[in-house]
Amino acid sequence: MANIGLYIELKKGGFKKANRELLTLAAKSGHKVHAVVFCADPQPYMDELRGVQVVVQVQGADLSYQPDRYAATLAAVIEEFKLDAFLGAFSAQGKDLFPRLAAKAKAGLISDCLAVDLEKRQAIKPVYSGKLLAEYRVEGQRALFTVRPNVIPVEAVVAGSAPELKSMALDMTEPRTRIVEVIQSASQRVDLTEAEIIVSGGRAMKARENFVILEDLAKVLNAGVGASRAAVDAGFASSDMQVGQTGKVVNPKLYIACGISGAIQHFVGMKTSKVIVAINKDPEAPIFKKADYGIVGDLFTVVPLLKEEIKKALG
Amino acid sequence: MNIYVCIKQVPDTEATILVKDGKSINEANVKWIISPYDEYAIEEALKLKEKLSGSKVTAVCLGPERAQNALRTALAMGADSAVHVDCAVVLDSANTAKALAHVIRADKDFGVVFLGRQAIDDDASQLHILLAEELSIPVATNVLAFAFDGQKVRVEREIDEGAREVIEMAVPCAVAAAKGLNTPRYASMMGIMKAKKIEIRKVTLAETGVGEAANLVSLLKLSSPAEKPQGRVIPGEPAAAVHELVKLLRDEAKVL
Ligand SMILES: Cc1cc2nc3c(=O)[nH]c(=O)nc-3n(C[C@H](O)[C@H](O)[C@H](O)COP(=O)(O)OP(=O)(O)OC[C@H]3O[C@@H](n4cnc5c(N)ncnc54)[C@H](O)[C@@H]3O)c2cc1C
Repeated sequence: MANIGLYIELKKGGFKKANRELLTLAAKSGHKVHAVVFCADPQPYMDELRGVQVVVQVQGADLSYQPDRYAATLAAVIEEFKLDAFLGAFSAQGKDLFPRLAAKAKAGLISDCLAVDLEKRQAIKPVYSGKLLAEYRVEGQRALFTVRPNVIPVEAVVAGSAPELKSMALDMTEPRTRIVEVIQSASQRVDLTEAEIIVSGGRAMKARENFVILEDLAKVLNAGVGASRAAVDAGFASSDMQVGQTGKVVNPKLYIACGISGAIQHFVGMKTSKVIVAINKDPEAPIFKKADYGIVGDLFTVVPLLKEEIKKALG
Repeated sequence: MNIYVCIKQVPDTEATILVKDGKSINEANVKWIISPYDEYAIEEALKLKEKLSGSKVTAVCLGPERAQNALRTALAMGADSAVHVDCAVVLDSANTAKALAHVIRADKDFGVVFLGRQAIDDDASQLHILLAEELSIPVATNVLAFAFDGQKVRVEREIDEGAREVIEMAVPCAVAAAKGLNTPRYASMMGIMKAKKIEIRKVTLAETGVGEAANLVSLLKLSSPAEKPQGRVIPGEPAAAVHELVKLLRDEAKVL
């Protein structure tokens, strides 16, 4: 049996949904699963982690995220527990941390995986912005994978005997790359890369203030709000809201595109959404060829109606 | 300061990508560009050079013969010199990092190395960090703001939900650009003329000591994803169409 490790990412102490996806993937493999969590007290997470065999708690005086320290610690964890494969989410932190770990552990990394075969150390990932799929294999002793959030359907935990609790000390080498401050964003938003539902606006929004109608709809749906590049470049939306080839790749179950034409660079950022809805006043807009459902009409009329109708439906 | 920028040549964002013989793409009719994130890297490198008198920008590109065109564009935008690592085989990110590190390390005065946060072909999203680790220098990725005070580099990088990490690094260091860092300039006519006269230095893969045999990640297969069947437009007046849409989302698609 192989030894599998998972990087459990916490956000302000909270357990990220992407962790449950990794736990599902690892549990299905039938291998010995080690969940690695950087925290002063693992108790709050033990219920979520009850399906794994080993919980490795990383302890230290200051556990705030410092990529060099985290990577060095994880390399030591991989060594200590003889992990054959180590997985994390392809999140903002995963994108920063795993390549550092790959260098330190001298292991191959496949990023942004849609499916991972731990037996064969193979994974499928989108390339050319999702225009193609590539199958890669990691050679050598150890394999690293980051998995795209929202791809693996979370399954209920099957708990066996209680996990063994082990601890490791945080690497305290002076980091070369030093995070000196974290600036929180002013508004409380749903993270697009993990959002279940996204409402997006394009150039047709005409002004920043008009995004309020999308935010109102998003509130009813507990959705994130995204934007096309045209909307971002025109200053209607902030750059972290941009969906597409030079923005975020999102993967919700429902994506509602409002006043977005459906350019290829936008489409590749949201095409894996389970259901795409397009609202556009031009019946010839390319987005209608790509959407599951479309409504031809003025978004300023349709979106508020949609909000009311969904409110009714959700009771 | 000797500023470096590593760029990759990739198919245009509009290009239709078709698989050839299972492992490569059909390059006929593909228009090649500098990967968009690398354009932000070039721009930031040039901006830094303009602030620091006596500094110069060297663009480095690993790739086949055609990669020279990407370097010509970088020179036309304002880079002072260019190095082409001639490579016709497929290297993984770790080996690409080793080959690029070989070029940069040869200059013992190298300062900031700029790259894009990912190349839009393999989207591997790791080269910049592997290169920095290879060179034993700090690195920040997904960078939206860059400043150099003469001592240290200070950057902001986007994390979740629009939050930002502020990072400080000593020089030399590597910085991987995200969209929003700047607006890349266009090459001027004069720039294009000047670029034509600059000789691109060629380095063979053998000189870097790197080969594909040592790849830690190998490509097995490329395929086209299944395309979604075309959806439908819901007819009727807005109110009726919206009513129908919500019904479909709930009962048919089951996403509400
Ligand atoms: C290298 C590169 C990278 C790129 N990266 C991205 C990226 O990451 N993300 C991205 O989105 N784009 C990206 N683009 C840009 C992309 O090509 C398009 O220009 C952009 O997506 C268009 O945005 P849009 O659909 O909002 O605007 P438009 O194409 O102008 O479309 C606006 C749409 O709104 C409709 N409309 C107008 N008024 C109304 C109304 N009242 N009600 C309903 N509908 C209305 C119109 O019919 C039209 O279809 C990139 C381009 C390049 C070259």
